[in-house]
Amino acid sequence: MSEVLVRVEGLSKFFPLTRGLFRESRDFIHAVEDLNFMIAPGESLGLVGESGSGKTTTGKLLVRLLDPTAGHIYLRTDGREVDIATLRKKELKAFRRQVQMIFQDPYESLNPRLTVFDTVAEPLVVQGIGNVLDREERVAEMLAMVGLTPPSSFMFRFPHELSGGQRQRVAIARALVINPTFVVADEPTSMLDVSIRTSIMYLMQELAQRLGVTYLYITHDLAVARYMCQRVAVMYLGKIVEQAETEELLQHPLHPYTRALISAVPIPDPRIKRQPMEIKGSIPTPINPPPRCRFYDRCPIATGFCEENPHPPLEDKGGGHYVACYLV
Amino acid sequence: MTEPILLVDDLTMHYTTRAGDVSAVDNVSFTLTKGESLGLVGESGCGKTSVAICLLKLLPDNAHIKGGHIYLNGVDLVPLNEDEVRRYRWRRISMIFQAAMNSLNPVYRVGDQIIEAMETHLENFSYATAREKVAELFRLVGLDPALMDQYPHEYSGGMRQRAVIAMALACDPDIIIADEPTTALDVIVQDRILKELRAIQQKLNMGMIYISHDIAVIAEVSDCVGVMYAGRLVEKACTEEIFHHPIHPYTAGLMSAFPSIVGPKRELTMLPGEPPDLLNPPPGCRFHPRCPYATSICWEQVPEFKNYGNDHFAACWHPLEG
Repeated sequence: MSEVLVRVEGLSKFFPLTRGLFRESRDFIHAVEDLNFMIAPGESLGLVGESGSGKTTTGKLLVRLLDPTAGHIYLRTDGREVDIATLRKKELKAFRRQVQMIFQDPYESLNPRLTVFDTVAEPLVVQGIGNVLDREERVAEMLAMVGLTPPSSFMFRFPHELSGGQRQRVAIARALVINPTFVVADEPTSMLDVSIRTSIMYLMQELAQRLGVTYLYITHDLAVARYMCQRVAVMYLGKIVEQAETEELLQHPLHPYTRALISAVPIPDPRIKRQPMEIKGSIPTPINPPPRCRFYDRCPIATGFCEENPHPPLEDKGGGHYVACYLV
Repeated sequence: MTEPILLVDDLTMHYTTRAGDVSAVDNVSFTLTKGESLGLVGESGCGKTSVAICLLKLLPDNAHIKGGHIYLNGVDLVPLNEDEVRRYRWRRISMIFQAAMNSLNPVYRVGDQIIEAMETHLENFSYATAREKVAELFRLVGLDPALMDQYPHEYSGGMRQRAVIAMALACDPDIIIADEPTTALDVIVQDRILKELRAIQQKLNMGMIYISHDIAVIAEVSDCVGVMYAGRLVEKACTEEIFHHPIHPYTAGLMSAFPSIVGPKRELTMLPGEPPDLLNPPPGCRFHPRCPYATSICWEQVPEFKNYGNDHFAACWHPLEG
């Protein structure tokens, strides 16, 4: 990869399990551990995994809604790399002009007492951009861009007067109004119906091209990732287990977990019968996990070597197809 | 064709709200035969869950069946009062609810809740045989019978859903209605539960109505598929037929808007607009404001739900070539 917008190195986040007010906690949930990945400008990287795999935690770390336990997140701004992980409060505000987030649930992520105008203009107010008239013009432009036309008929509505799809459009307008370079989208379409989901997916792609936005697209749905992302990273228990170009990953999955995940996705065609690949149990909670491969307990092909050695490193198996498995 | 165990004829149900009547189910007709699995698919607010609660007559106070009949083994459930319906509910027709966490009482042991369902609905009830039956049900849905004396919070999401399935099977119903039972689950768990539910349904030769917004899930569990839009059933046919030769433009739109991970990566089509407000549904065909083929007749007259051959039903003025 020639150019890099976001570079993540050894990123970890542990949540302590509280044992009481004055006692030091000894147990930690290893939500995200030792992540390494890069995102090129204009690219959309998919982060796929089941609930509890750490994908939302990763997203929140990248916008600094959470502080990392260890590691670095480098963001390229104005030709130089800034480590987001070490920014202080004042610097964070400037950083948030670059990086925004779109949340999953448009029913919860909008303040019910703010009008559409106030919601979309809020980032401009916080960042002190323009005067009232400028902001009004900018908000109108943004609403038109996300397909809420005519903007004047939406500006002074409240969230309860909007449908789910329209709310998500408002949330997208709010995230993009200050021209960020990088947007973390956390399952932005999973709450929407099929016929509305497609239009939101296309809208996000169109805006990315038009405004030069790079996405980290978090989803549990591989079929959505296929349409939204050039590359996909599969997470399991806080680790990236496989990462490749989207079609390559779907056609030639290498990690046993990815293969099980892909084989479990239902297919909207009754003529196609899937090749079943069963794995045992369900995703556990990563409280003080043993150092061995995180997938060991459920892996259908694990050997003694996997048990005795630490979690396998994410290695390039050729053509940018990274896998963390000793047996591939 | 064998005799249908369930025959729904012209069912119409309204919710009364302060803003007016919401026409949630409008002239819906379909049949279900023994051992058949019918998938009911549609977007939020299209009336699929409303149909289900009519079948069980679990209607909230503001819901009224305005017309039509629900024949269960030849008996019409619509005119029956609550006491009479109880003879059929759970024993003949039962339901797996969407949110497994909310359909289990957190302060009772899971096994006792299933026994309670049997106690309420069965006549010759004895506690000892009931426990045996629960153990048998647990094995059937893939749970360890030893878990029966635990509480719902000790179960994982998938285990809770299995327990809710066991509860629905407690009185050996002829028909089971599954309302999005796997929506909150991860794909790997969903896959396992779908397979097991389908296997149990076939083994016990039950009729099943599987409700979902996810056409991929519907494709996997159904023999027949009914597509609902804005309170009406717009198309119904066997699964293979409806996926490969849809007649209604809404069905075709739904299919081509749905992403898949197999096959060539085709362009996803967009359906313009949003489903209508059922306080004031559009006249004629309710899909006409979003339909690319709509003409004046579509908003003047309601299309008839008619048979296009091979039990492929659709309600459309401009049917697509099969």
